[in-house]
Amino acid sequence: MASIMFYLLSLILLTATLLCIFQRNPVHAVLYLVLGFFSLAIMFYLLGAPLVAAWEVIVYAGAIMVLFLFIIMMLGLAPQDRPEGPGWQRWLPFVILMAAVLACTLVIIALDPAATAQGEPYSLGPQDFGEALFGKYALAVQVVSFQLLFAAVGAYNLGRIQRGKGKP
Amino acid sequence: MNTAIITVILTLCKLALIFGVVLSMAAYLVLAERKLLGRMQLRYGPNRIGPGGMIQPLCDVIKLITKEDFIPERADKWLFLFAPGLTALTALLSFAVVPFAPPVTLFGQELPMVVCDLNIGLLYLLGLSSLGVYGVVLGGWASNSKYSLLGAMRSLGQLLSYELAMGLALIPVVLSAKSFSITEIVMSQATLPNLVKHPLAFLIFMISVAAESKRTPFDMPEAENEIVGGFHTEYSGMRFGLFFVGEYINLIVIGAMVTVLFLGGWHGPLLPPVAWFLIKVLFVAFVFIWARGSMPRPRYDQLMRFGWTVMIPIGVINILLTAAVLLAINS
Repeated sequence: MASIMFYLLSLILLTATLLCIFQRNPVHAVLYLVLGFFSLAIMFYLLGAPLVAAWEVIVYAGAIMVLFLFIIMMLGLAPQDRPEGPGWQRWLPFVILMAAVLACTLVIIALDPAATAQGEPYSLGPQDFGEALFGKYALAVQVVSFQLLFAAVGAYNLGRIQRGKGKP
Repeated sequence: MNTAIITVILTLCKLALIFGVVLSMAAYLVLAERKLLGRMQLRYGPNRIGPGGMIQPLCDVIKLITKEDFIPERADKWLFLFAPGLTALTALLSFAVVPFAPPVTLFGQELPMVVCDLNIGLLYLLGLSSLGVYGVVLGGWASNSKYSLLGAMRSLGQLLSYELAMGLALIPVVLSAKSFSITEIVMSQATLPNLVKHPLAFLIFMISVAAESKRTPFDMPEAENEIVGGFHTEYSGMRFGLFFVGEYINLIVIGAMVTVLFLGGWHGPLLPPVAWFLIKVLFVAFVFIWARGSMPRPRYDQLMRFGWTVMIPIGVINILLTAAVLLAINS
């Protein structure tokens, strides 16, 4: 039952992400990406990590994508017309991505043909998650958060009002 | 197998019960709000249909259903049709994790009085409340109208800002209950409600949920005198009704959230637990109606500045203080 759901969700996830890439209307693209995040969240839940699933919905679908929508609406992005240039330029990125996915699959099959490396069913509660994040990986988490600080300082520097110049 | 069937049937019964109670409560909250606001403004409010205007909600529904369902030209048709339902749906789904009474024993097995006692129930509530914005925003964007778009953008900014403050206000509650499960949080308030333990968090939470739900001191997304109707300018008939009902279901959701997180849930003397739960929920709803009747609307920039420079710093300081005190008590 769980494996059927897993494959169904993977199908939805891949379709939604592809549609997100190929949509000309930016708002529709964001919506497909949100659908992808939902199926990803349910997959995390099936894999025994309910907390990660909840963060996936709250942070990605609920905050970051909302921010994307805000920017799209503020800039008033219109649906784009077909881009210029020869046809192969439009399809090449897709072909390269697909080839990479296929190559990875081949490597996995070659390394472990009988799929024996299946782990034990594992459940990750909120407490284990917190201990791993702020105990074992505390340094890594802090380094990554510094990156957010750099981004915030950079954004402030770009957007600040300079004396005598007015708004940039 | 037999117990599994009984569990499924009982879950369906609970779902149907919650659905019916919440929808009829939402319909009568509309009436209650109109009557209370009327009394606060020295008039009677609806009192013509039925004894004391009790059949008014039914008439409103008939009126909304029989109106024309208008779709503006060049609107994004599917999103336009889909958005109001999304608002009502996210509000209704929140009730899945709200426990309204202690577990009872029925047919020889313990039956929890909640549809699904998730161990991340609180995060589920937060996730749904942050998804609620999609209905409003998509409705406003799909209408292809300037006023709708302005309303949608206002609600986006407002929700993003106040969601942070709301999350920060909930961390002290989780710290003292040591769990994300709503049932555990209610159990931890058996002697003393969180309102007494975390008064500052309660205050931040009340203000930020009012902003999240676009209740009146913070109803900039639909400020009538500036942007007509905001995100629902172009909606008519029952689709407008869905936005409207969604707002009142949201009011009940907020009442339930405040009740289980800060007012001690079903705990209370003398009366049965369910009665206490309903009394507390309705009291919180009354407080929000009262605020609507007595407070003017701030400007939008004032609202944003207040959110980022007052609410969030106080929320962070509150978490630090609570954590320090809890650490001192436990060690």
